[in-house]
Amino acid sequence: MALPVYADPLERLWYYTYHVICVAIFVFLISPILIVMPLSFNAEPYFTFTQKMLTFDPEGYSLRWYDLLLTHGMVAPDAPRDSSWWEDVWANAAWVKAAKNSVIIGFWSTIVATVLGTLAALGLSRSEMPYRRLIMAVLISPMIVPIIIIATGLFFFYSNPCSMLGFECGRLTSTYTGVVLAHATLGIPFVIITVTATLIGFDQSLSRAAASLGASPSRTFFKVVLPLILPGVISGALFAFVTSFDEVVAVLFIAGPDQQTIPRQMWNGIREAISPAILSVATILVLISIALLATVELLRRRSERIRGVTPQ
Amino acid sequence: MKKLLVLSTALTGMALPAVADVTVMSWGGAYGTSQTEAYIKPYSAETGVKVTMVDADNPATPVKAMVEANNVTVDIADVEYADAIRLCDEGMLEEIDPAMLPPAPDGTPATEDFLPGALTDCAVATIVFSTVFAYDSSKFPEGPTSIHDFFDLEKFPGKRAMRKGAKANLEMALMADGVPAADVYATLETPEGVDRAFAMLDKIKKDTIWWEAGAQPPQLLADGEVAMTTAYNGRIFAAAVAEGKPFQVVWDGQVYEYDLFVIPKGAPNLEEAKKFLAYATDTQRLADQAKWISYGPARKSSGALVGLYQDGKTEMGPHMPTAAENLTNALPSSYEFWVDRDSELNERFNAWLAAN
Amino acid sequence: MTDAYSQLTTADGRPLKAALAAAQARARRRAFLLVAPLLLFVVVTFILPIGQMLQRSVYHDGFSNSAPALGEWFSSHPDGSDFDESAYAALASDLALMKKDKTAGEAGTRINYTVPGTRSLFTSSARGADKLEPPYKEALLALDAKWGEPVIWQAMREASSPWTSDFYLIATDRQRTADGGIERVPENERIYLWLFGKTFILSGVITFLCLILAFPIAHLLATLPMSKSNLLMILVLLPFWTSLLVRTTSWIVLLQGQGVVNNILVSLGVIGDDGRITMIYNQTGTIIVMTHILLPFMVLPLYSVMRTIKPSYARAARSLGATSWTTFRRIYLPQTLPGIGAGALLTFILAVGYYITPALVGGADGQLISNLIQFHMSKSNWSLAAALSAMLLAGVLVLYWLYDRLVGIDKLKLG
Repeated sequence: MALPVYADPLERLWYYTYHVICVAIFVFLISPILIVMPLSFNAEPYFTFTQKMLTFDPEGYSLRWYDLLLTHGMVAPDAPRDSSWWEDVWANAAWVKAAKNSVIIGFWSTIVATVLGTLAALGLSRSEMPYRRLIMAVLISPMIVPIIIIATGLFFFYSNPCSMLGFECGRLTSTYTGVVLAHATLGIPFVIITVTATLIGFDQSLSRAAASLGASPSRTFFKVVLPLILPGVISGALFAFVTSFDEVVAVLFIAGPDQQTIPRQMWNGIREAISPAILSVATILVLISIALLATVELLRRRSERIRGVTPQ
Repeated sequence: MKKLLVLSTALTGMALPAVADVTVMSWGGAYGTSQTEAYIKPYSAETGVKVTMVDADNPATPVKAMVEANNVTVDIADVEYADAIRLCDEGMLEEIDPAMLPPAPDGTPATEDFLPGALTDCAVATIVFSTVFAYDSSKFPEGPTSIHDFFDLEKFPGKRAMRKGAKANLEMALMADGVPAADVYATLETPEGVDRAFAMLDKIKKDTIWWEAGAQPPQLLADGEVAMTTAYNGRIFAAAVAEGKPFQVVWDGQVYEYDLFVIPKGAPNLEEAKKFLAYATDTQRLADQAKWISYGPARKSSGALVGLYQDGKTEMGPHMPTAAENLTNALPSSYEFWVDRDSELNERFNAWLAAN
Repeated sequence: MTDAYSQLTTADGRPLKAALAAAQARARRRAFLLVAPLLLFVVVTFILPIGQMLQRSVYHDGFSNSAPALGEWFSSHPDGSDFDESAYAALASDLALMKKDKTAGEAGTRINYTVPGTRSLFTSSARGADKLEPPYKEALLALDAKWGEPVIWQAMREASSPWTSDFYLIATDRQRTADGGIERVPENERIYLWLFGKTFILSGVITFLCLILAFPIAHLLATLPMSKSNLLMILVLLPFWTSLLVRTTSWIVLLQGQGVVNNILVSLGVIGDDGRITMIYNQTGTIIVMTHILLPFMVLPLYSVMRTIKPSYARAARSLGATSWTTFRRIYLPQTLPGIGAGALLTFILAVGYYITPALVGGADGQLISNLIQFHMSKSNWSLAAALSAMLLAGVLVLYWLYDRLVGIDKLKLG
C-alpha cells in the first residue's frame, strides 16, 4: 500500500501513524510468544527477568529448567548419566510421560477425526446431501459449544457409558480410549472445515470420468479424489492434532493419573507446582507450532497449485 | 503412515503397562514432595509397588465428586479434619480399623501413640499443619508482628493474599478484630459474629488476591504480587529455607489442625491402599516427613525423632506449628464447627466475593 | 410438468421421471451414508452426553430418595395442609433413616439449595434422630425451632419429587416464598444473572477490542503485495497455532507485578517502584489475554473479505472529490461489513464460553460464567451446574444460529 501521489500532508502524517499502529499491534501479537524463550533460561526459579539476565551475565542463565524436564519424577535423578539413567528418564520422568501421552492421544484422536471427518466432508460436499445445513451445523458444534459444558457432559457419560441403555458396563473415565474419543470429537469440526473447503475447488466431473471408465467407487476415491484433496486432509489432520495436543479441560475432567498430558502438566505448573520448567516446555511447544504452521502453509500453497486455484 | 502406526503402537505398548498400583491424591507443591520423599519412595523401594501422586487444590472436593459420580480413581486422599469427618458421616469413606496401624517402636499401640483425636472412624492423621500469615521481610524491615497487622493497610500498605474460602479466614479476621482465640468459635456461632468477621475482611477485600492451591502463596510473595499472604506454614518454610527467600512467618493468630489420610469408598485398590496407609503412618515415616517440611508428626513417638531439615543444618523444632513459642496466640481449628457450617459459610463467602 | 415429459421412458422402458427419482434417491442415500458414521459418532459422544447432563438441571433425587415417609405424607396431604403430628412423625422416621443410611448430608444439601443455611439442620438433627420420642412435633421443635418454619416445609414438599424447576429458579436468582409464590432473592445474594450479564459485557468488550486491533492489520495485510503480506501473516498465524497455555503463561510473565511490562515502566521512570500497575489476576488480565488469544479469529475473516475489495472503488471516490475519510467511511467500511460480522460473531461466541484463561489469570473479579459452572461441578452441585450450563448453551446456540443465518457455517475458515 504505497502512499498515493496526491496525498496531502495530513494524509502523509496519517500514513505513517497508521504504520506505527500496525507495528504496535504486531508487537502485541507476537511478543508474548517470544518473551518466554529467554526466560526459559532463567537461573532463578521465578517467572521474571533477573538483574543478572538483564545485564547479560552468563550466571543469570542456565539450562536447569530443561534439565528438570528430564529429571522431574525420575526414580534416581542423581545417578550417573549413562544408558540406565536415560531409561529412567524414558520410563519415569513426568514431562516425558506427559509427552508420550500427548502424542499417543493426539495420534489416535487425529486418526478417528480425520477418517470420519473426511468421509463426512465428501458426503457434505455433494449437492444431493439431505439436510446438509443442519447436519453441518451439528458436526461443527463441538467447536462452538463451551468446552466446560462438553467436559461436564463427558464426565457423567464416561462414568457409566451404558446408563442410557439401563445397565452398567465399566467406565471410560481414566482410560486412553475415553480421552481419545473426547479429543476426536473436538477435532472433527476442524477436519470438516478444511476438507470441505478443499472440496469446493474439486471438479466432480473427474470422479464421474473415473466411474465412466469403470473404476469402482473406492478405487475412484483412492486414485482420483484423495490425491487431489490430500493437502486439505493433512491440514485438517494437523488442526485436529493441535487441538488434542493443546486440550486441557476435557483431560482435567475425564483423564486419570495415567493419562496426564503436556497441557495438563502445564496447568499444574501454572497453578500449583511453581516451576519455570513450564517456560522451557512453552519454548519447545512454540518451536513445534512454528514447524506445524510451516507445514500447513506449504500444503496450502501446494493444494492451490495442484488444483490450479491461483492464490489471490 | 505405516511407520507412524508402528511408532504409535510402540509408544502405546510402552506406556500402557505402567499402571499405578496405588494412587494418592494430595495437595501438591512442597507438601506433595515431602510425602513423596518420606512415604512413597521408601515404600516403592521396599515393596516394588508403584505409587502415583496426583495433585488437587483440596482433595476433599474431587473425592466427594468421584464417590458421588461412582467414578473413584484414587485410593488414598489427604484431607483436612472437618472434611474427613463430614465425608465419613456421608458414607463416602472406607472405615479404617486402628488395629491395622503399626505400634510405636516401644510397643505402644497406635491408638495410644497417636495424638488425641488423630484417629477417627475413617481417617488417620499424618501431620499437624497451620494456616499462618507471612510477609516479605525485604519489603517490611520492621515487620508486622500480630494478626491485626495483616488487616492494617495503613501501617503496612501493599496487596494481600488469602485462601479462597471461609475456613481459617473468618477465624483470623475475628482474632485480628480482638476476639481472644478461646472465644472465636463461640463468636462465629452467632450471625453477628459472622458479620463481624466479614466486616473485617471487607477492610482488605479490594487489595486481596485469592489463592486456591497451597503452592500459590509463596509464588505470589516471590513475584512481588503481594506484600503479605496467608499460607500453610510448611510452604513458606520450604520457600524460605530451600530457595533462600526472605519470607518471614508470623505465628500470631495461627490456625492449626490435622491433615489426615482417608480411603474413598470404592477405591480401586483397597487392599494395597490399606497396606500403604499403614506403612506411611508408622513412627519412622512420620518423623521422616519433617525432614522435608515443617509440619509436626501426628504420633508422639515420632516427635523425638524429628531433627534437622534435609539441608542438614536447619533445626526443625522452632518451625513447627506446635512449638511452644508459636502457640502464644494460636487457635486449634474446630472440626465440630466446620463439619456442619462449611458449605453454608462458603456459600456466604462466595456471594460476598462475587458482590462488588 | 407436461404430459409429454411424464411419458418419456428410459432405454429399459421405465418412465424417465421414476428412473430419475430413483437415481436421485440413490445419490441422496449414498451421500448420507458417507456422513452417517460421523453423525452417529457425534451424536453418541457429544450430543447425548450433553443432553444427559442437562437432564440433571430438572432432576435431583437427593431428598426424595432419602425421605420416603415425607414423600408419602406430602402426596396424601395437599399444599396448604396443616403440619400436624403425622407430618413430624414422618420427618422423624426419615431422619432416623438418614442416620442409618448416612444420607442426611445429601438430603440437607438438596434443601439447602432453596433455603440456604439448612444443611446443618438436617445433619445435626439426624445425628440424634434415633433418640426421638413422640410426640415428634414437640421433640423436633425442641431440637431445633427451625423445624417449625413453613419455608422449610415448602422446600421439602418441592424436593419430595425428584423432578423440579428449583435449579432454574436458583440460576435466575429467584426463590420460593413460604406460600408457594416466586420472588427475587435479596439484592446482595443475586449472583447468577449478574454474572451472565458480566460475561456477555466482557465478551462484548473483548470482541470490540479485537475488532479495533484486527481492522488495521487486516487492512494492511490485504493491501500489501502478496509476498510481503504472506510474511506478515505468519505473525498472525503463529499465535493462532501456539498453545493456549503457552500464551497464557507468557502473559502472566509479562503482566505480573514484577513482570516485564512493569519492570520496563519502572526503569523508564513512568511509574515508581511502589506504583506498579496490577494488570493480571483481575478483570483487566482476563480482557488483555483473551483479546490476544481471540484476535486471530477476527483478523482472518476480515482479511479474507478485505482481499476481495477492489481498490478501484476507492480511487473512483477520490477522483470524484471525496476526502480520504469520506472514502473510508462511505466506500471502504461498508464493503468490509460481512467480514466484521463474521469475525465479531465468531469471537463473541468463543469468548462467552471461555474457561481456561479466566481461570488462570482472572483472579476474583475476572471470572466468567464457565468458571462458575466448573466451581459448582467441583462442589458436586451438579444440578445447579447443569441449569447454568443449559442457560449458557441456549445463549451460545442462539448466537450460533445467527452466525449460520448471517454468515453461513460453511464460510468458516481457518488460516
